Amino acid sequence: MHAFRQILRIEARLYLRDLPTLLTIVGLPTMILVVLGLIPSLREPDPNFDGQNFVNYFAPSLLVVTLAMVGVNTMPMALATYRERGVLRRLATTPAHPGALLAAQLVVALAAILASALLLIVVGRLAFGVPLPEHPLGFVLAFVLGTAALLALGLLVAAVARTTKAAQALAVPLFLLTMFFGGVYLPRFLLPDAVARIGDYTPPGVQALLDAWTGPSPQPLHLAIMAVIAVAAGAGAAKLFRWE
Amino acid sequence: MPVIEVTHLKKRYGDLVAVDDVSLTVEAGEIFGVLGPNGAGKTTTVECVAGLRVPDGGGVSVLGLDPRRDATQLRQRVGVQLQESQLPDRLRVAEALELYASFYRNPADPAALIDKLGLGEKRNTAYKKLSGGQKQRLSIALALVGNPEIAILDELTTGLDPQARRDTWGLIEQVRDSGVTIVLVTHFMEEAERLCDRVAVIDRGRVVALDTPTGLVSSVAPEQRIRFRPSVPVDDRLLTDLPEVSAVQRTGSQVVVTGTGDLLHAVTSVLARHQIIAADLRLEQSTLDDAFVELTGHRPVD
Repeated sequence: MHAFRQILRIEARLYLRDLPTLLTIVGLPTMILVVLGLIPSLREPDPNFDGQNFVNYFAPSLLVVTLAMVGVNTMPMALATYRERGVLRRLATTPAHPGALLAAQLVVALAAILASALLLIVVGRLAFGVPLPEHPLGFVLAFVLGTAALLALGLLVAAVARTTKAAQALAVPLFLLTMFFGGVYLPRFLLPDAVARIGDYTPPGVQALLDAWTGPSPQPLHLAIMAVIAVAAGAGAAKLFRWE
Repeated sequence: MPVIEVTHLKKRYGDLVAVDDVSLTVEAGEIFGVLGPNGAGKTTTVECVAGLRVPDGGGVSVLGLDPRRDATQLRQRVGVQLQESQLPDRLRVAEALELYASFYRNPADPAALIDKLGLGEKRNTAYKKLSGGQKQRLSIALALVGNPEIAILDELTTGLDPQARRDTWGLIEQVRDSGVTIVLVTHFMEEAERLCDRVAVIDRGRVVALDTPTGLVSSVAPEQRIRFRPSVPVDDRLLTDLPEVSAVQRTGSQVVVTGTGDLLHAVTSVLARHQIIAADLRLEQSTLDDAFVELTGHRPVD
């Protein structure tokens, strides 16, 4: 436990030291929100979005940006790098278990995701009147499960990729798909209905986030799928993960 | 008293037999060298000793304990420096040592260790900004920060420039003088000759020789050569009659005497008796390098 605390402290410091990445992860979604929010027409209610404005409708997709960046990009890449450079192996020769480093990575990744989400919600609320999530509990549930599903997929990438190059080769397409189905590249009302429906079931489950944020409560099926993905990918990662 | 005992160790990866049959013992307080060509099974052997790999056969005992079963205890008492293991780019020297020190029950003082390894001015430097020699010294420091009884150092000076290599050797001698037993995996014969009390030469997964570096040289490649320029012509028979001499050759005015044993004494005595002065006298002895080639049929890679 003592070793884990020390490792977490150092990992947090290293995370804060990489300022460009940190600013992108925590600040980018909010920055996009601000840019969009400054366009007056996007703040007008629109029948396309059940009478909400575009900014409200798009906010959950902005959450996807952070989740995708951390979950299937920076976190698995960091782990793959640690393994390729022998950091995990070196740790295995000391009384500290390399699992402590993995856990510390997850904790800092979660902290960054949380900071990003809070910043987005608070700035959206204060600057553009984006309402706070209508179903706080449902929202937390959708957010936690969506995050867990993506992080588990990221761990799976880190587990099966032998090198950082291989990790990148897996992480990049996964990242692009997550962003695409999350309605980041094209707002989901522009996507064909079938594609948008697929997006309901791909992590982090943007429809559940949207439902909890602005409309009815999230559908149990959407949440259940995220839980299944999180457990399956997480178990796969645990089984396949190699320290060297 | 042996601190490491390896008996008939076997380890294979799929069809590849990495270690076929290795037995050796390391005594407390010595610097023990593990030599061998690339792929001979050196690293696998020490990885089994370090408890990083499970042997397929044979026994390993470290400080009287089993490296797998008693891993938790041994990790406190054995420091390991692995081949090609790096640290995160942005981690600073002092942070790395303080972090690793925090894993041990009875760690060395990180600040003192930093100074001892000559990294004092680099205390707050990020890992990625260190030179190869500095990274290597940091790596050694991490292996020592737990105050280990045994330090296993794999390919300690690979990739270092000659000066950094010599500095590192000095450091290892200091560590040994403080009572730490050192297992050194290397393919630099000069390094083994300079540092090791005893060496095991491993080839194709087996120990082909185990001795002191000088013992190894004199038993495997005992041939010596003396070159000199005699002040007056010498009769070959004067030299060939000596039991130590195996051959006498001449190149120009130079005489080259080949032989074994106490060749130098035998030749200089006989010359002195006949009042012949040997000018430009040079003794060429085999090195560990020659012994290595003799044993493995490979030239050590450098």
